[in-house]
Amino acid sequence: MPSNKPRTIIEKVWDNHIVAQREGAPAVLFIDLHLVHEVTSPQAFSGLRERGVKVRRPDLTFATVDHSTPTTPRNLPIVDQVAAAQVAQLEKNAQEFGIPYFGFQDRNQGIVHVIGPEQGLTQPGMTVVCGDSHTATHGAFGALAFGIGTSEVEMVLATQCLLQRPSKTFEVNVEGTLKPGVSAKDIILALCAKIGIGGGTGCVFEFTGSAIRSLSMEERMTVCNMSIEAGARAGLIAPDEKTYEYIKGRKFAPQGEAWDKAVAFWKTLLTDEGATYDYSVRIDADTLEPMITFGTNPGMGMAISGNVPDPAAQQDPLERESLRKALQYMNLEAGQPIAGQKIDVVFIGSCTNSRMTDLRAAASVMQGRKVNPGVRMMVVPGSQEIKRQAEAEGLDRVFREAGAEWREAGCSMCIAMNGDQLSPGQYSVSTSNRNFEGRQGKGGRTFLASPLTAAASAVTGVVTDVRSL
Amino acid sequence: MQIHSTVAVLPNDNIDTDQIIPARFLKTISKEGLGDQLFFDWRYNADGSPKADFVLNTPAAKASKVLLAGDNFGCGSSREHAPWALTQYGLQAVLSTSFADIFKQNSLKNRLLPIVMPKEAHTALFAALGENPALAVTIDLPAQTLTWPGGPVVAFPIDAFAKDCLLQGVDEIGYVLKQEAAIAAFEGQRSLSLNTLI
Repeated sequence: MPSNKPRTIIEKVWDNHIVAQREGAPAVLFIDLHLVHEVTSPQAFSGLRERGVKVRRPDLTFATVDHSTPTTPRNLPIVDQVAAAQVAQLEKNAQEFGIPYFGFQDRNQGIVHVIGPEQGLTQPGMTVVCGDSHTATHGAFGALAFGIGTSEVEMVLATQCLLQRPSKTFEVNVEGTLKPGVSAKDIILALCAKIGIGGGTGCVFEFTGSAIRSLSMEERMTVCNMSIEAGARAGLIAPDEKTYEYIKGRKFAPQGEAWDKAVAFWKTLLTDEGATYDYSVRIDADTLEPMITFGTNPGMGMAISGNVPDPAAQQDPLERESLRKALQYMNLEAGQPIAGQKIDVVFIGSCTNSRMTDLRAAASVMQGRKVNPGVRMMVVPGSQEIKRQAEAEGLDRVFREAGAEWREAGCSMCIAMNGDQLSPGQYSVSTSNRNFEGRQGKGGRTFLASPLTAAASAVTGVVTDVRSL
Repeated sequence: MQIHSTVAVLPNDNIDTDQIIPARFLKTISKEGLGDQLFFDWRYNADGSPKADFVLNTPAAKASKVLLAGDNFGCGSSREHAPWALTQYGLQAVLSTSFADIFKQNSLKNRLLPIVMPKEAHTALFAALGENPALAVTIDLPAQTLTWPGGPVVAFPIDAFAKDCLLQGVDEIGYVLKQEAAIAAFEGQRSLSLNTLI
């Protein structure tokens, strides 16, 4: 199968993991790392019990709790009994099946897509899966990482393999230099706005170009994280010196001679000269502005200086109706400027934007300023490790003194399963990844934006371009 | 596998899995009881009473095994609770012009047919149902066709392997478990030993 044909990194990682390929059937694809959380795994473990099957590779499996866990102080119990039972079930499953587990009280607990890289579990060239669509985050390291359903979680637990067909390849080329006030989040929101929420369906993105190369690993994770919001199940970035430097010395990273061998191997993964992609799109970093969503899916986004679009201008009747419904839900008028829209809550967190870079960016805006009296600002670090590091740098004090809440790690108001949620009708500026109806609480209305934009909006109480502060 | 049924119509594009089943219902550790939570926030008032004008609350829709929706159905999260909720409500097929990748996979594993229609046929079916809401469609999985009285014969694509699994009742996990020798051989000859957690 591997021939002399130039290949993309996507095809190389795929080829490296084919266990078996029967004619007409999907490939049996080996999975290097399986991340497990409390919400999408209980039914899979029940399935294993019914079959009488063990977890094939507990050494390549890793579990934590993040979605339904409270972000209140850890000495408090989990009040929601249904959530508490779900957390207890994962603990029981991890114990019974011998899976490494960072529990609710563990000092390394955090959002699954934050702690994978943090622990050095995520490495270039791997296949990484998790019962979570934001698994694409791990693509920042040159891994083929994608979300799976619970039936597939069960299959990977039982066999360490998945049945898969190859995806189409899609190059997202981002050239140029980001202006001050514009960040990685704005790149991916711009992609969603450009190709739409279904634009990458059936594809894996490779993000290329000078603007991507210049991003830190944390910023690259922000970009890859929202690949699914543009329809692609996975998105990745070829590894480089920044990647190796980030991984080196982490707990589960290769050591000594194994490290040198690993780096040599990782360097062979880059897309070959002359390789072609099925699709491509280009984004100009030089002209990019801070982005914000106005509607009820992440593709409904625009530059923060823009006006809310008019459904009457849409040609397709279904699209026109979707936009009309979105504006009705958001209670926004066609043609109104998005900047200046009053807000109630600011959420800094989620697997998209809860890492040190994000917290530092938000803190740089909050330093010496106050949260507007009409706004509740929540800052939720992505992991307990990040929380400790931010506290060592004094970022928690900056947030607290500004009037923001500084909380424990978890998914929190990104998915609103844990009690952190909007009230009906409230508006948030959120650094998370989804603005679907009710995503942050029933009836809540979400504007997705970068940490800089979110922090600036917390100060003024209205949607604000950070460059205007 | 043939489905002959009237059609419930949800004319929205990009129906995401948070609408299909809101996240607050994902705290369950079982697969059961999700049919009542399907489209919960579109289907019920704040006091828990059903919204009379929402399609799935109409008597006609309750008898339908087929849902017709706008483009890009099932986008968003990977929750398999979405097809669990749809099938527990009584649906056996969803018709759209496209489906999000993970939702499509999850549906096929739960005997929910994600039927991709060409745009023209999709528009024609909306129009036909506008004229006659009691219209019944026939889905023939072996022939891979969708038909309705007065309409075209619409051929739909479906993954050949998934089709075989559906028609022959193949358990996919069992199928991979049987490839133990190939998996063990692959594990044995890996050029690079990655991290070891235990």
